[in-house]
Amino acid sequence: MQNNANSTTVVHDRHGEAHAAYNPALLHHFAEPQQQRDAASLGMWVFLATEVMFFGGLFCAYLVYRRWYFPDFAAASKSINMWLGATNTAVLICSSLTVVLAVWAAQTARRTLLIGSLALTMLLGLVFLGIKADEYYDKFEEHHVPGASFSFENVPVPGHPGQLANPRHAQIFFSLYFVMTGLHALHMIVGLGIFTWLLTMAWKGRFTPEWHTPVEIGGLYWHFVDIVWIYLFPLLYLIDRHP
Amino acid sequence: MSTHSTSSPLKMYFAVFFALLVGTGLTVFAATLDLGRYNAAVALGIATVKATLVALFFMHVWHASEKLTKLVVIAALFFLLLLLGLTMSDYATRLWS
Repeated sequence: MQNNANSTTVVHDRHGEAHAAYNPALLHHFAEPQQQRDAASLGMWVFLATEVMFFGGLFCAYLVYRRWYFPDFAAASKSINMWLGATNTAVLICSSLTVVLAVWAAQTARRTLLIGSLALTMLLGLVFLGIKADEYYDKFEEHHVPGASFSFENVPVPGHPGQLANPRHAQIFFSLYFVMTGLHALHMIVGLGIFTWLLTMAWKGRFTPEWHTPVEIGGLYWHFVDIVWIYLFPLLYLIDRHP
Repeated sequence: MSTHSTSSPLKMYFAVFFALLVGTGLTVFAATLDLGRYNAAVALGIATVKATLVALFFMHVWHASEKLTKLVVIAALFFLLLLLGLTMSDYATRLWS
């Protein structure tokens, strides 16, 4: 009986200690803030690993068809505006810089820089989507959207003046183009949602040098979407561009 | 882990940023050259260097990640290479006869 009473007291004491050292940013089931931070970061990385496989399947399909229908893919790729794609690459790289600045600002308690960086990241994300929309508009105008009104007649294959691209094969390129850039754009839109939330939290002053995990793992997501575009740009826009 | 001095990462972030912009310019320039079958290799090579820079320095895989995070990154890349490598080795060798 005595033992039981003792152990109860000990448990109560531990609980009391935990509350005495109560850190509002530390959830009850973590031992220390570092462990909590690492767990959140690891969770985001595991999610990104599933995203690698998600996009990986599309990249795989792209590679198979590109090997089979290379001349048609080259002709279709040449019809996309390379400079819009290059500009968008630069825009995303700038947004990745503003994301690391936001994380750094949160680490060093610079509220204005944090809010400014988050807002600038969102602005750059919107610029990216605007340019993307302009590009899609061109493709609709040119009837390069796969479907009933698709048309890709009499387009020469780059480097082979006498040879015309096969419209059916070019249509496969455009299907992959729209699915891959569309899925990427969807990730950008989700990213904008995440950053709206981060901006609200930052505005309310919720992030401190001790706790700013959402900025960090939201940033990881944004960088991943940037990496996907780093591969999409040369694969879709630059297949065969030499004169 | 995250106990670096507060001023040093900024220099590194801007260096990586400029390297990424240079890499983008280089990709566009390389695409206008006739390198034959090496065009794709050069484009993918530059893209991989850029992606590695982003992962290592912007996503802090190099400095501020624990071993478990590195393991997840390596596992993801391993399974991606398995997917692409096995599929492409199949398609690349089908028409032997």
